[in-house]
Amino acid sequence: MDARREAVIWIGGEAGEGIASAGDIFMKTAARCGLGAFAHNSYQSVIRGGEVVLQIRVGAHPVLSQGGKWDFLLALNQNVLNHYLPAARPSAAALFNADSVKPPETSAAASLHGIPVGELTRDLSNSPVMQNTILLAALMRLLGIPWDIFVGSIRNQFGKRKPQLADLNVAVARRGWDHAEKKLSLPGPIALEGDGKRRMVITGNQAIGLGAVAGGCKFYSAYPMTPASSIMHWLAPRAARYGMLMKQAEDELAAINMAVGAGYAGVRAMVGTSGGGFALMTEAIGLAGMIEAPVVAVLSQRAGPSTGLATKTEQGDLFQALGASQGEYPKAVLAALDPVDAYYAVIEAHNLAEKYQMPVIVMSDLYLSERNVVVDPENFNARVPIERGETVREAAEGEYLRYRDTVSGVSPRALPGTPGGMHIAASDEHNEMGVLISDWYTNPTMRTRMVEKRMRKMNGVRRDTAEGAFLCEGPEDADLTIVGWGSTYHVLEEARRALTDSGHSAQLIQFRTLWPFPAAGALPILQAAKRCVCVENNQSGQLARLVRQETGFSIPFAVRKYDGEPFSAGPLVQALEICLRPKAPAVQTLISAELDLPVTYE
Amino acid sequence: MLNALQNAFAALDLDRRNLVVVSGIGCSSDLPHFLNVYGIHTLHGRALPVAQGIKMANKELTVVVTGGDGDGYGIGAGHFLHAMRRNLDLTYIVMDNRIYGLTTGQASPTSYKGHKTKSTPAGNPECALNPLALAVAGGATFVGRGFSGEPIHLAETMKRAIAHKGFSLVDVLSPCVTWNKSFSYDYYRPLIVKLDQDRHDPSDRDAALRQALREDKLPIGVLYEIDEPTFAEEEPSLQGGPLVRSRIGLTDEEWAALMDEFS
Repeated sequence: MDARREAVIWIGGEAGEGIASAGDIFMKTAARCGLGAFAHNSYQSVIRGGEVVLQIRVGAHPVLSQGGKWDFLLALNQNVLNHYLPAARPSAAALFNADSVKPPETSAAASLHGIPVGELTRDLSNSPVMQNTILLAALMRLLGIPWDIFVGSIRNQFGKRKPQLADLNVAVARRGWDHAEKKLSLPGPIALEGDGKRRMVITGNQAIGLGAVAGGCKFYSAYPMTPASSIMHWLAPRAARYGMLMKQAEDELAAINMAVGAGYAGVRAMVGTSGGGFALMTEAIGLAGMIEAPVVAVLSQRAGPSTGLATKTEQGDLFQALGASQGEYPKAVLAALDPVDAYYAVIEAHNLAEKYQMPVIVMSDLYLSERNVVVDPENFNARVPIERGETVREAAEGEYLRYRDTVSGVSPRALPGTPGGMHIAASDEHNEMGVLISDWYTNPTMRTRMVEKRMRKMNGVRRDTAEGAFLCEGPEDADLTIVGWGSTYHVLEEARRALTDSGHSAQLIQFRTLWPFPAAGALPILQAAKRCVCVENNQSGQLARLVRQETGFSIPFAVRKYDGEPFSAGPLVQALEICLRPKAPAVQTLISAELDLPVTYE
Repeated sequence: MLNALQNAFAALDLDRRNLVVVSGIGCSSDLPHFLNVYGIHTLHGRALPVAQGIKMANKELTVVVTGGDGDGYGIGAGHFLHAMRRNLDLTYIVMDNRIYGLTTGQASPTSYKGHKTKSTPAGNPECALNPLALAVAGGATFVGRGFSGEPIHLAETMKRAIAHKGFSLVDVLSPCVTWNKSFSYDYYRPLIVKLDQDRHDPSDRDAALRQALREDKLPIGVLYEIDEPTFAEEEPSLQGGPLVRSRIGLTDEEWAALMDEFS
């Protein structure tokens, strides 16, 4: 058997059984060995209880998606072993605590290794976290990970404040390690040797927080909502250090209105939420549009509608973002591709928001927000462009026009405190001074002028966002052109390469600027495509609709998934291959439970 | 009302460029338009969160929020309670006319039980909210009441509210002569009584609550005032200069430390 250059590891158990910490230690170890790794958490929406499966893919190369079926399963309880055995790849191995988990009587494709946790740790003080540490250590030994690096990651996980707990876990790990060395044989050779370069591990939400800090965001307000909450959790203990305030508000209405107030007062302000919270925020997004206050909203989507699947992913809110708030106003909608791109997207969003004095929405989703990936630290550049937009430092009393009708549509701002800049920032339609024109008398000419002034900003936004509006990978004359947006970028790219390797040349167009939609740049590529398919994590094909709306181009095929789970490359490739057949169905629906058997209908 | 506020600003000798008046929506919310200061006219019920964002961004500004009873005690009631808990140094002036005036006369949260309005033709079935009692109980560190028919007294109450360090509420009995004939100037005049500060101790919470809950008379003046640390004094992120002047960009050491966290 050929040596595998990567492995897919699933760690499954009940929430609270220590899956997250085992996963964190694994990821940090991989990063420190110079391996690539990607972790996706698939869990149920309960605080404790319910099955959680952390899907990790690790390899001796950059790993940018979670992969498919498992090579190794760490089953922390009986249900996990029973439930996930069928998803084993050939030559897979399952590790479990022999004291509490029994091998199923039916034959299994995987080799089953019960580890006598109680016997191995009899002389050590007992702790419920023992079994995950032992199983993890045995796995590390099987993968050929250097012991020192593994130990370093365990100690890092517990931090300097808990040396005793770290010592205990290291001692326990050693038992698992030695047991694996003596008793377990590898199911097949694995060449998981890293390049030795120390890398970093980051989640999408941490990258968003990092982008906020580096990009000069000074005010972040939010109300807890999965999967956006961990932005708040990351910022809370760090904010004060970087001259920033993280405010948990009483609700999403308060969060966004505070941010609009802070943006008006002159700081870079941001909120983070998911679809339900964003729905509450939309009125104030329009307020920011009308009073021309900069604000950035991170919209991390989860499966809806209503409260939907609180802990599952979906790309279902594109039209909510595009249609946020009543009426018409200039805005930008960006969709981050991965954690590194999320870092830059947040900074770009703040620049656009301040330069054009408008709301900017950065779209993410659970899949991106919570994915934990190993990346090269050089991908994050601390020196980022900061564009604060035009402001007035001083004005002669009575001469300043806050909403001056300019060619660009941008009227230089006077922040509170500026001498002579006193004005009203009015949410009602107003004239150049800010005086209302809505109630006391109607002024159709002024209304038209102000609408046009504001909307003229979109010309500048379109210019500024055109260059990075979408990525193109692969040849223009490919057999298949795949179209996607945001967080699915790497899995689509992986599928594109797999298709190409199997003899079907494929191209990928991945959109990251959704509004203003880059129609002029994208249309010629779409028109030149031989066969085009739009791949989205939603049911109704929101991107396909947007493309049709903005370009008139109708993408004939679609692969869609809306079961709450992200795409994985294997089933996606199969679905894309079906799209290449002469009489392919127009829409392919993928369901995770079917593993790699897509359900199709026309 | 406007006159009283202008007089209060003048008496406090505030620099107009550092003064921000925030309003929500409603007749009351046009008020910033009649002042030559920084003004922001926001959304129905949302003046307080916007004002808090402004104050948190730039703690050197004097922020006054003006609104009505529908705006602040109806759609904005949640924000009202939480703004008091936060004790940011803001002054919240509510022009309380016990009616929705801008929308032509529906019942408001402070309309009395039994009050017949366009939306309650059989009489309002709900009891009236008591903003003063709510504020004393809810964490406001200054609670006052004024009457627009007593502008000199009102200006004095406003002046004290603005000078107070922490969240101040001034509920102003402001008859709506167009839409609320029931609560007219003539209705209020015999009920109004000025709090005698020699006999009422504003630092006494029980006494303040008793005044707030009085049914025989409507006391005006300062019901409650205590000295508590403000949000800006307690929040670690606001211990330096105002956020608006906080440095943008990270030093090499700060960046290296952040990168180290991830490896």
